[in-house]
Amino acid sequence: MAAVLTNLFDGIAYGMLLFVLACGLSVTLGLMNLINLAHGSFAMVAGYAAAVLVNRYGVPFLAALPLAFLVGAVLGAVMERTLYVHVYRKSHLDQVLFTIGIVFMSMATVAYVAGSAQVFIHLPGFLKARYVVGGVSMGAYRLLIIAVCGVLALGLQFILARTRFGSRLRAAVDDPVVARGLGIPVDSIFTIAFAAGSGLAGLGGALGAEVLGLDPGFPLKFMVYFLIVVTVGGSSSITGPFVAALLLGVADVAGKYYVPDLGAFVIYTVMLVMLLWRPAGLFTRAGGR
Amino acid sequence: MSAAAPHAAARAALREVARWKPAEYAFWAATAASWFLLPGQHLLLNEIAIFALFALSLDLVLGFGGIVSLGHAAYFGFGGYAAGMLAQAGYTDPLLGLAAAALASAALGFVTSFLVLRGSDLTRIMVTLSVSLVLFELANRLTWLTGGADGLQGITIGPLLGRFDFDLAGHVAYAYSLVVLFVLFLAARRIVHSPFGWTVRAVRGNALRAAAIGLAVDLRLVGIYTMAALYAGIAGALLAQSTQFVSLDMLAFHRSADLLLMLVIGGVGYLYGGMIGALVFKAMQNWVADITPEYWQFWIGLLLVLLVVIGRERIFAGSLVLARRAFGRRG
Amino acid sequence: MNAALEIVGLSRRFGGLVATNDVSLRLERGARHALIGPNGAGKTTLINLLSGVLAPSAGRILLDGTDITALRPDARVHRGLVRTFQINQLFADLTPLTTVGLAVSRRLGLDRQFWRRLGSKGEIVDECVAILERFDLLGVMNERVGALPYGRQRLLEIALAIACGPRVLLLDEPAAGVPEGEREGILAGVAALPVEVSVLLIEHDMDLVFRFAQRISVLVNGSVLMQGSPAEVAADARVREVYLGEEVHG
Ligand SMILES: Nc1ncnc2c1ncn2[C@@H]1O[C@H](COP(=O)(O)OP(=O)(O)OP(=O)(O)O)[C@@H](O)[C@H]1O
Ligand SMILES: [Mg+2]
Repeated sequence: MAAVLTNLFDGIAYGMLLFVLACGLSVTLGLMNLINLAHGSFAMVAGYAAAVLVNRYGVPFLAALPLAFLVGAVLGAVMERTLYVHVYRKSHLDQVLFTIGIVFMSMATVAYVAGSAQVFIHLPGFLKARYVVGGVSMGAYRLLIIAVCGVLALGLQFILARTRFGSRLRAAVDDPVVARGLGIPVDSIFTIAFAAGSGLAGLGGALGAEVLGLDPGFPLKFMVYFLIVVTVGGSSSITGPFVAALLLGVADVAGKYYVPDLGAFVIYTVMLVMLLWRPAGLFTRAGGR
Repeated sequence: MSAAAPHAAARAALREVARWKPAEYAFWAATAASWFLLPGQHLLLNEIAIFALFALSLDLVLGFGGIVSLGHAAYFGFGGYAAGMLAQAGYTDPLLGLAAAALASAALGFVTSFLVLRGSDLTRIMVTLSVSLVLFELANRLTWLTGGADGLQGITIGPLLGRFDFDLAGHVAYAYSLVVLFVLFLAARRIVHSPFGWTVRAVRGNALRAAAIGLAVDLRLVGIYTMAALYAGIAGALLAQSTQFVSLDMLAFHRSADLLLMLVIGGVGYLYGGMIGALVFKAMQNWVADITPEYWQFWIGLLLVLLVVIGRERIFAGSLVLARRAFGRRG
Repeated sequence: MNAALEIVGLSRRFGGLVATNDVSLRLERGARHALIGPNGAGKTTLINLLSGVLAPSAGRILLDGTDITALRPDARVHRGLVRTFQINQLFADLTPLTTVGLAVSRRLGLDRQFWRRLGSKGEIVDECVAILERFDLLGVMNERVGALPYGRQRLLEIALAIACGPRVLLLDEPAAGVPEGEREGILAGVAALPVEVSVLLIEHDMDLVFRFAQRISVLVNGSVLMQGSPAEVAADARVREVYLGEEVHG
């Protein structure tokens, strides 16, 4: 029983991490209709940056997290302004080609700079502690993940639902032409959304480096996970991807623990079934077209 | 003017669309000549011919069927494994292996085609991707059957037609691949110019209208997808037989991505694009391999990005347009 | 005798909106029937229901007495129920010749042929030429459809439906968006339809409607307001109020 709960705990931490990593994609892909297969590249680059900051320059782990967000966000903003703007209106095929190109380039660059071996971030001692509550063993590191991601999810929900930026983003996404006519700066809103999403991915990459494993294969390895979160969760709210990420996290951890022989097979099959179960409706919001 | 004039003009126009263009004769003449003139390059050329066939297969799906696939390697690898396992089991005749791979991949294509019938580009991309990932994981896990990460070992392929042994320099293999490519190309060419081929184009162009003129939209896509899977399976079998090895790599994601790039380099929708693209791609790969083999992936990525941002037509400075015209792509 | 097309109590809801409300309608063989109504009345929705693009929430559709409510769009075409679209739905990359050739091949049951060339059968070419000639498209038969002027595309829209060999033809605003000078060509094409074809025409142009129709149904807010001869419709006070009145003032 305790093992089950421990697994559940680990799965929740993993799932919340996936949510923070993927929520940016649910905006770009789900709302802006941009097929961005390179979302994981931002997480990887920021994760590596955090690793360098912590391991080489002795920046405290907790201080490196906002910096990782910054790295991801700045990288995202620059890429969006210089490159992604050119592909918003291109065909989906072009978007696929373009973002695969970004993935390949980021993988090769990281391998060139940092080598192809997995990189670890030195965690501070207090994060290595374990607490046993009622037989359930909980690592401090995963508690931190849950806390940070939980706060971020609530903050996101608040921003999107309650703030002026949130309503403008929704207006810009619903009908860019009309929104522009109303004086909403659609382009900068897209840039900000893209940058924030990349920043969150970056933060997730740094925060979860120990759980996820940082190596040059990261963007490809997690591309599918991110896509699952967005596919299964839909994009009409934050809650959908959040629940999807949690389910995916728990299922993946449990799968690896109880049926290690099947590996990622279960996850891929689940994704396929989900895609077929709700084929066209996945990325269109109700009534939307 | 007599009343017969428009008839004659219409007949001529329809014949003209399907007529062999001079550039096509030149293309195949050059291809055949390469076997005689470049005996030292047969290993590389063999690989190019195989990828040309693979890319031709994707062109059927993407260029004619309009389905963006990010998992076409599934059928390539499936065919490769089918041919490899058959040979492992002692049935070493290459043509038999080819037929088995064709059947196996076509069956897989037929079944999975129903998954890509509906949905947006995005859904289709993800479905095709998932299919290939599932297959990859299966091959990875079913070690007793596939050899897992080590691949299929100990494949021996018998002589072609019972007479020509596969040699290390690839002379037989290249001739074999070329003939298979040419025959399958001829078939594809006939099919895309047939009423069935035109209905597939119509479905890609406007599925709503295609149904409104009485076409069973789903059947068209199932048909072209199955056919493409068959082609991909044969390509996979050719690679398995000529390298006498099958590995997980044949099912890997980068295969599908590379393939898309090949097709896009040469241009979609006129059958020659994939073949030209495969040639250009492999030539580039060979050239880069001489300079910085480790960072090949970077250059591929850069090419993809430039291709999209600058525009495919502009990068190849009109050569694409010229090629299309020369090889005849008319609606 | 069975009506060519009979609609019984057809309804369609989109969420709270009732776009088609209990519509019943009979189209006799060889009918020239017009369907009029203000914008958003549900005319196109009715065509979508008849052609199988949309499924009805309630009601039945009978073609020659056979219930076709559950048939797929392509199966309805096989039985002779063909439509055109208010907004052009063409194959941009094809030519008028191949477009029509495709439809004719389909009708003759050759569309699954995958080994012989399109047009290798003489009778297909004959028919294509006849249809293209009727709609004055011979001169552009080898142009890319997407590059044709709008008026020509409009003509092809109808020619393509004719190529399917309709027994019941549903025309959704065939002259929509066509400048005054080019309308005649389209009207001539419609007028020249074989008498045995039953036609349901949606049109806003009242001149055209009254010239063409033997019978008119008026659709308002998804419901049939009235049906009758052109004279009856023209004389009806309610129709004047909701529809013709709007025309005059708007
Ligand atoms: N797919 C759909 N989803 C939701 N509402 C729809 C859909 N199709 C049509 N409607 C609604 O149904 C109503 C009827 O629309 P329809 O297009 O049938 O009108 P119409 O009579 O053809 O108008 P027009 O003369 O402008 O062509 C409109 O209010 C429209 O917004
Ligand atoms: Mg309408």
